[in-house]
Amino acid sequence: MIETIRSLGRWGLGTFERLGRGHLFLFRTLAGVPEIFLRLSLLVHQLFSVGVLSVFLILISGLFVGMVLGLQGYNTLVDFGAEESLGVLVSLSLVRELGPVVSALLFAGRAGSALTAEIGLMKSTEQLSGMEMMAVDPIHRVIAPRFLAGLISMPLLAALFSAVGIFGGFLVGHGLLGVDDGAFWSQMQVKTDWYDDVLNGVIKSIVFGFVVTWIALFEGYDATPTSEGVGRATTRTVVHSAFAILGLDFVLTALMFGEG
Amino acid sequence: MPLIKIRDLHFYRGDRAIFEGVNIDIYRGKITAIMGPSGTGKTTLLRLIGGQLRPDRGTIEVDGQDVHKLSRSELYELRKRMGMLFQSGALLTDIPVFDNVAFPLREHTDLPESMIHDLVLMKLQAVGLRGARDLMPSELSGGMARRVALARAVTLDPMMVMYDEPFTGQDPISMGTLVNLIHKMNDAMDLTSIVVSHDVTETAEIADVIYLLSEGKVIEKGSPVQLKRSSSQWVQQFMQGLPDGPVPFHYSNVSLADDLFAQEESA
Ligand SMILES: Nc1ncnc2c1ncn2[C@@H]1O[C@H](COP(=O)(O)OP(=O)(O)OP(=O)(O)O)[C@@H](O)[C@H]1O
Ligand SMILES: [Mg+2]
Repeated sequence: MIETIRSLGRWGLGTFERLGRGHLFLFRTLAGVPEIFLRLSLLVHQLFSVGVLSVFLILISGLFVGMVLGLQGYNTLVDFGAEESLGVLVSLSLVRELGPVVSALLFAGRAGSALTAEIGLMKSTEQLSGMEMMAVDPIHRVIAPRFLAGLISMPLLAALFSAVGIFGGFLVGHGLLGVDDGAFWSQMQVKTDWYDDVLNGVIKSIVFGFVVTWIALFEGYDATPTSEGVGRATTRTVVHSAFAILGLDFVLTALMFGEG
Repeated sequence: MPLIKIRDLHFYRGDRAIFEGVNIDIYRGKITAIMGPSGTGKTTLLRLIGGQLRPDRGTIEVDGQDVHKLSRSELYELRKRMGMLFQSGALLTDIPVFDNVAFPLREHTDLPESMIHDLVLMKLQAVGLRGARDLMPSELSGGMARRVALARAVTLDPMMVMYDEPFTGQDPISMGTLVNLIHKMNDAMDLTSIVVSHDVTETAEIADVIYLLSEGKVIEKGSPVQLKRSSSQWVQQFMQGLPDGPVPFHYSNVSLADDLFAQEESA
């Protein structure tokens, strides 16, 4: 009994300590961000490996998600004779929810886990410590450019996801099921609001990008420097990111669309 | 006045004492060797000097500055004047050999690329790896990686270099070259060198002073000749590499018999 309470206490302390370290890490990373603008080549390099390498996955997934939305949406709408509204349904689902959320989940799996593994390995092979001894702050040199790259890539990837998804919905809706293309696009344009829908979706994806990149980088930086430790950190990145994305999505949705 | 002054150094890993009251002086322009059985904390000592670890008690002064009282930026300024060769090499694995050696120059100086090119090739020439400049670290052998790391450790022309096991994994020829190189660089570049090593013969060849560490203490210090003549059994055993004697080979532990017996009991 005592032992249970004790281990609970240890777990609690450990968790709070990690949270504290995670925040200190974030502050130091943010402090390193301005410097990157003096060395854009570092950022460009990371934009490629964090962002561009995720594009293919995002495009394919977006297309299929959109196609499924088209199918499911049509089957529901047609009962009410409202199949002309398919464009609205597809675009609102994607822009408000599925675009930011699904692309963030994919981003965590593709780019986030890669970031954790990369940083964790750099730590376990003493590259980070070596940099420190060469008077180069690894947080500024290694972490900050990756953080900024994640922050920039996420909203762009989410936008791509939504765009391709809408196209997928159109392909199925118009090409396969014969929904009128004029109605599809015009209803969509009328009913999708720039501020309420698009901008809120973008805000969501910026928040997700921030959180996922932060989690991924911190897990790598804080990993136990062994192959097992890095493996566990990579798993944690994906799991914690998924929780964070879905939890935050609820909070953000409640804040944004709560009254409407 | 010594370049590095270590006083009453205490350092613990959990409950385990790594150092308990160590005093070391490292003089300018000299090669000081730190020797001791595996796991005594030689690497730990270098990390304490470099300010990556904090002592639990005692002070470490480098060039008159207390390393652990410096602000972050002061510490980084000091580190620019310290070269360190990591036991593992610690090369950056995503860039080739040339860029690894150029890394400190590109980070800390505004030298034009043509000059960096020349400087890097000179350093690589010195360690015999000019031809390997385009290889990636993953394409190097362990010994080669350590030589690249050595070249990198001296690119900024530091005032001191800490070598953690520079000789391990070297064939007899590159070993001889390295011993010479460390010696020559120390004289030509006016360096102060700290060499951590197990290779008694090679180290004794170039070291001006040797410190023997064991179980958290300095067991003996002196010139190689003095140590070889030392009357202490411990020193004799270590310097001659004899298997029997007072130096424990095992990580501190209960006796083997007790351990075996305990298992039988629980089984
Ligand atoms: N990160 C760590 N956490 C806990 N204990 C550690 C850690 N690093 C080293 N130690 C312990 O500190 C002691 C000293 O380690 P260190 O690496 O300094 O030894 P060393 O003298 O360099 O050995 P070697 O000659 O084998 O390189 C070891 O006994 C090790 O168990
Ligand atoms: Mg060591």
